[in-house]
Amino acid sequence: MDYLRAFIVGGLICVVGQLLIDLTKLTPARIMVIFVVAGVILGALGIYPLLVEWGGAGATVPIIGFGNVLAKGVMEDVDKKGLIGAFSGGVRAGAVGIAAAVFFGYIMAVVSKPKTKNKA
Amino acid sequence: MGTRLGKQTVRLDSKPVIQSWAAIVGAKEGHGPLGRFFDEIIEDEYFGEESFEKAESKFLRETLAKILMKGKVSSGDIQYIFAGDLLNQCIAANFGVRESEIPFFGLYGACSTMAESLSLGSLMVEGGFAERCVCITSSHFCSAEKQFRFPLEFGNQRPPTAQWTVTGAGGVMVGKAGDGPRVVHVTTGKIVDMGITDANDMGSAMAPAACDTITAHFRETDLPPNHYDLIVTGDLGIHGKNLCLQLLEENGITIKEFYDDCGVMIYDPQKQKTDCGGSGCACSATVLAGYILEKMSKRELNRVLFVATGALHSPISVQQGESIPAIAHAVGIEMV
Amino acid sequence: MEQKRTKEEYKKWSQELAPRTPKARNLIMAFFIGGIICTIGQLILKALLNTGLSKDDASSLTTLFMIFIGAFLTGLNVYDDIGRIGGAGAAIPVTGFANSIVSPAMEYKREGYVMGVGARMFLIAGPVLVYGIISSIIVGIIYYLIT
Repeated sequence: MDYLRAFIVGGLICVVGQLLIDLTKLTPARIMVIFVVAGVILGALGIYPLLVEWGGAGATVPIIGFGNVLAKGVMEDVDKKGLIGAFSGGVRAGAVGIAAAVFFGYIMAVVSKPKTKNKA
Repeated sequence: MGTRLGKQTVRLDSKPVIQSWAAIVGAKEGHGPLGRFFDEIIEDEYFGEESFEKAESKFLRETLAKILMKGKVSSGDIQYIFAGDLLNQCIAANFGVRESEIPFFGLYGACSTMAESLSLGSLMVEGGFAERCVCITSSHFCSAEKQFRFPLEFGNQRPPTAQWTVTGAGGVMVGKAGDGPRVVHVTTGKIVDMGITDANDMGSAMAPAACDTITAHFRETDLPPNHYDLIVTGDLGIHGKNLCLQLLEENGITIKEFYDDCGVMIYDPQKQKTDCGGSGCACSATVLAGYILEKMSKRELNRVLFVATGALHSPISVQQGESIPAIAHAVGIEMV
Repeated sequence: MEQKRTKEEYKKWSQELAPRTPKARNLIMAFFIGGIICTIGQLILKALLNTGLSKDDASSLTTLFMIFIGAFLTGLNVYDDIGRIGGAGAAIPVTGFANSIVSPAMEYKREGYVMGVGARMFLIAGPVLVYGIISSIIVGIIYYLIT
């Protein structure tokens, strides 16, 4: 049952993204930025965690979920450390994702070669 | 020595001869509808080199060698070479002609480079400054995507107006004597910018320029449109071709029965998933040097108006919100 | 040649004649591909929770796995095909984020590992980090001032 919820929530979030691609001239990079910032805001407002509760990975896997993670980390750190937490919290919470991206990104770049789409 | 017919058109009274031509293409072009007309098909997109940029230089270098071989001349017999490509600072052309020791004019006309180089080479011969000139250009899907759009492995969707940059090189040698097709008119384009900002819709950006140059050509030469067996634009693509036809109709010029576009001719859009068709400097160059000139030498085509079109933007100008200026150069080629 | 249309008129006219994006098909594929990728994430999350990890740790580790999968499929020259079919369904999940890092890094290898791979890795994904972090800092400051 939770797999179905993940499928639906994840699918619907991507549909919103697809609407942005097809109806506006926004580039993929700009759309990802909009989503991550939306995730930060919705996370801070306490709305996104509700979606995570219900949708599980359907809410955490999309890049908007990453924004939610940043918001959560920032609020935790401000509670613990005060103003300095505003600067430490986001990067701390996102650390695993950022480090993984750099690490696996680098490895795959080293071992692979871009192949042309010159098929057919 | 040549007669100026108007603001943009010159008639070349000595009618310089296109003495030799060659086109080398990549796999996709080789598997397309015109595959059997090209001199060589290279299946490996790296052409044995380490980078796409080096591969593109190799395409140009090998095509130059073939042009000389087919024309039975050596590089010492060529007074000028006119070459260009899409890459920053035209490095494909620069490195492609580096070892040739031929006096070199590097050009940037984007996808109109084949007509631009052929225009200049023919004018040089007409003016008596050269016995023979080589006019050549190249493009490569991978190096163009890298510079203008997205990394190859990036999972983006292409809009239906997108075009596929042709991988390959094409060129000709133009000189004073011979039986081949002759350059009779050169109509040089001026920049036309109708405010299109979408770099994924080159057809819309370039169609007005093509219409402008074709209209000027017929107005200044006083020729009827059906003087030509074929009027061919460089790479307007399926959408741009349609726009150009309608724009010309509005100017009172009807060419539908004998009009085609190299970008539309070079690929099969259904089978090869090429959206609106081919683009890139090599699109018009390889179709000219592979297909059109072959047909002319066999007299299956006798008079062709070759109109290569180019979009004169850069990745930075697009990011800065600038529109896309375009240009089209026309060369009237006839068998006499 | 006098242009019979103004620039705005030409833009509108050329867009009307342009081939149409298959919007319905794109939305359906985005839904499916995005849904499948997220379901895979849910499978991984469940498996990790079953090993006794805390919710936060399991979540972080799931993100790590998804990033690896995205990077791996990009390296296998497969993710671009997934993206062509799935559109936002491939771009929005964090696998798409990984794809946006690996694809330029692979492409710019010829320009060296420092200025090529190293500098270009974040060509497309960089803005996500910049704006994500900045907005989190602003949120943090506002949160501090409120509480």
